[in-house]
Amino acid sequence: MKHDEKHISSYSSLAVVLVILLALTTISVLATGFHLGPFTVVLALVIACTKVFIVLTQFMHLRFENLFLRLAVTGVFVLFALVVIITFVDYYFR
Amino acid sequence: MASETQVSYLEYQGRHKGIWSWLLSTDHKRIGLMYLYAVIVFFFIAAILGVLMRIELIAPGRTIMEPQTYNGLFTIHGIIMIFVIVIPGLATVFGNFFLPLLIGAKDVAFPRLNLFSWYLYITGALLGVLSQFLGDGPPDTGWTFYVPYSVESSTSVIWALTAAVILGFSSILTGLNFIVTIHRMRAPGMKWMRMPLFPWAIYATAWIQILATPIIGITLLMVIAERVLNIGFFDPALGGDPVLFQHLFWIYSHPAVYIMILPAMGVVTEIFPTFSQKPVFGYGAIVLSSLAIAFVGYFVWGHHMFTAGMSYSARWFFSFLTFIVAIPSAIKVFNWISTMYGGSIDLKPPLLYAISFIFLFMIGGFTGLVLGSLATNIQAHDTAFVVAHFHYIIFGGMGFAFFAAIHYWFPKMYGRMYNNKVANIAWGFNFVGFNLLYFPLFIIGLQGMPRRAYDYLPQFHTGHFLSTIGAFILFAGLVLMVINLMVARRRGAIAPANPWHGVTLEWTIPSPPPHENFEEIPEITRRPYFFGKKEETK
Amino acid sequence: MAVHQIHTEHTDSETGKLGMWIFLFTELFLFGGLFLVYAIFRAKYSAEFHVAAGELNAFIGAMNTVFLLVSSMTVAMALAAMQKGDRLLTLFLLTVTIILAALFILNKYFEWSHKFEFGIYPGSPVLKNMSHGELLFFGLYYMMTGLHALHVLIGMVLLSITIVRVRARRINSTRYLMLENSALYWHLVDLIWIFLFPLLYLIT
Repeated sequence: MKHDEKHISSYSSLAVVLVILLALTTISVLATGFHLGPFTVVLALVIACTKVFIVLTQFMHLRFENLFLRLAVTGVFVLFALVVIITFVDYYFR
Repeated sequence: MASETQVSYLEYQGRHKGIWSWLLSTDHKRIGLMYLYAVIVFFFIAAILGVLMRIELIAPGRTIMEPQTYNGLFTIHGIIMIFVIVIPGLATVFGNFFLPLLIGAKDVAFPRLNLFSWYLYITGALLGVLSQFLGDGPPDTGWTFYVPYSVESSTSVIWALTAAVILGFSSILTGLNFIVTIHRMRAPGMKWMRMPLFPWAIYATAWIQILATPIIGITLLMVIAERVLNIGFFDPALGGDPVLFQHLFWIYSHPAVYIMILPAMGVVTEIFPTFSQKPVFGYGAIVLSSLAIAFVGYFVWGHHMFTAGMSYSARWFFSFLTFIVAIPSAIKVFNWISTMYGGSIDLKPPLLYAISFIFLFMIGGFTGLVLGSLATNIQAHDTAFVVAHFHYIIFGGMGFAFFAAIHYWFPKMYGRMYNNKVANIAWGFNFVGFNLLYFPLFIIGLQGMPRRAYDYLPQFHTGHFLSTIGAFILFAGLVLMVINLMVARRRGAIAPANPWHGVTLEWTIPSPPPHENFEEIPEITRRPYFFGKKEETK
Repeated sequence: MAVHQIHTEHTDSETGKLGMWIFLFTELFLFGGLFLVYAIFRAKYSAEFHVAAGELNAFIGAMNTVFLLVSSMTVAMALAAMQKGDRLLTLFLLTVTIILAALFILNKYFEWSHKFEFGIYPGSPVLKNMSHGELLFFGLYYMMTGLHALHVLIGMVLLSITIVRVRARRINSTRYLMLENSALYWHLVDLIWIFLFPLLYLIT
């Protein structure tokens, strides 16, 4: 089947996305200056995950793709997270 | 017979002539055959290496080789069997040949990528064999490449690691091709739940190939980095952890065994309905159990590491999940037997091998539970019990399913029939030889015979002696089986399009298939395995 | 009745795009193995990782992050431009993307050579004198950024081939699968760096 109706991103929306990404980057760099202790890591990772989500959905167009692809991408990250967690079940409880 | 309008794929001459019309072919059927011939050659190389090991083990003490040679043999035997035969075998041979046919497609999604996968496969396989002769001597680490020995060993470990990485890449690209093929190229009307069960098995397998294989790739690269750069991840002297290697290794290598067995289950799931002339019992259950095996199989890897020093929580978790993952396999066994029940059984060689598959796979499966249980694992780990277990599961499972598949689909692939009587005799040798070869190993394993051991105490002699006899019987059966098929290729009786009265799409086209498979792509209007007894439209 | 199945000589775009996404999954798991090793050793040696991360130049790391983020935008814009039929803008944006990629590699080259000068490289005596955690941190640093840089180079090659094909009009407003797939690959390169940057540079 030919897909004639394809969503084309506008240049301005892509530029806005970049600005948001740069802002998030700035925040995470500045956050290292504050003494948040262990929360620095958490914040850095939360911001990184947010940026990844934005790149996936906006730049990589996942927002406009079919459900299967969105589920598959989610599944990939979930599966990886599970593998890491299970490995830690060994290390953390030794 | 092939219609005049379409030449058979065996005779088709495209842009290239002679041998190049094969080596540069992007036809999935020809690629499937090229994989088949490679698999047969490498299988016999590895099998002969196995026979040599069995000759050495026929009696205690030195028989025909030195200990170092023995270590090299079990290493390369494992590398070839695992990475060149069992992981790729069924999917690349029968998946390539029959996936498009079973879903009503003209080819796979990316035919040129398919050919590239084959070249990667050949490169990796040759490199693995060459590791025996290059550099510093055959690797002696075992196919599992455990650190620290794989870092310290002075043999050609890097060549073997590189071969495995290349073979992994081939596996990834094949899996990618099959997933996209199934998503995008099913015939009109073939909804997901109208797809036959071998494609479903290939689909589940392909996801594991995609999501597990990269881990072994990066892990083996880390070992190379340890050897070459002293990177330290697995070196306790530098703060690293050898058990971390084991985690990473088995995070791939356990799902890998499901790459091995899922296509095998898929094949027998096609054979049972055909030779019972009855629909598969529980189509939905087979689909779900295939996906469940692929998914749950991802979380049991630690059962290879129960004695390595993991936390109690981890050991408990992995043992529990190991028991869970057995359930979907058991469901399939019930479905297969129920498929046969009340059917019109035709005990031809494909069904003979398929039934043997159930028997051997179940022995392998039950002994897997012995290994999966924490207490008994301590007794059985790293003994001949494990060797017997995985040979029952892998060889008795995937191997016998491969034999079933070749006997099932041979008439379609070559348009010829083989000699049934010789095939049955070969089966007899295979079945008897197989059990004689491996069953004694369960016993001496529990009695304390270690695996990968060149020499042993006199009390294990009888078991080893029987096992070696079994190896010879099995080898004779394998040779007879292959010769029977090779003779049939040239001089067998001409096969009709549908010798077994199967009801899946491959039997609706001529034997051998024409170059483009279907003159007209069929439109699918019902569920598969309709044998005409009840009206079933879903 | 037979139904005509579309049998194109070139792969249709939805099929090709699905293929690239699946390939990206394998790349995610490839780096995933390294992230798993990082997580384990980070948990075990958190103080030493903290110290070692301080040796890295967060400013250069941030600069590299900016390069890749901007290049993700430019390649996404290039795709949009091609879909709208603006060939010259496409070529311009693709060129900018490659330039940004080259700047990233240049930065990486300076970073690494600077470290080499200080004797910080896998297997070096300097590293052996450091604490275990620091040694492992730098092992991970080199392997992760090295593998990532290799993928940047691969991405640059893909984008260059794309430019050649856009110039030859073999990629155009109705046929742009290669551009779309190269862009997806490029975004993956960006994605990996988005995780690498804080984990290596910002845990100070």
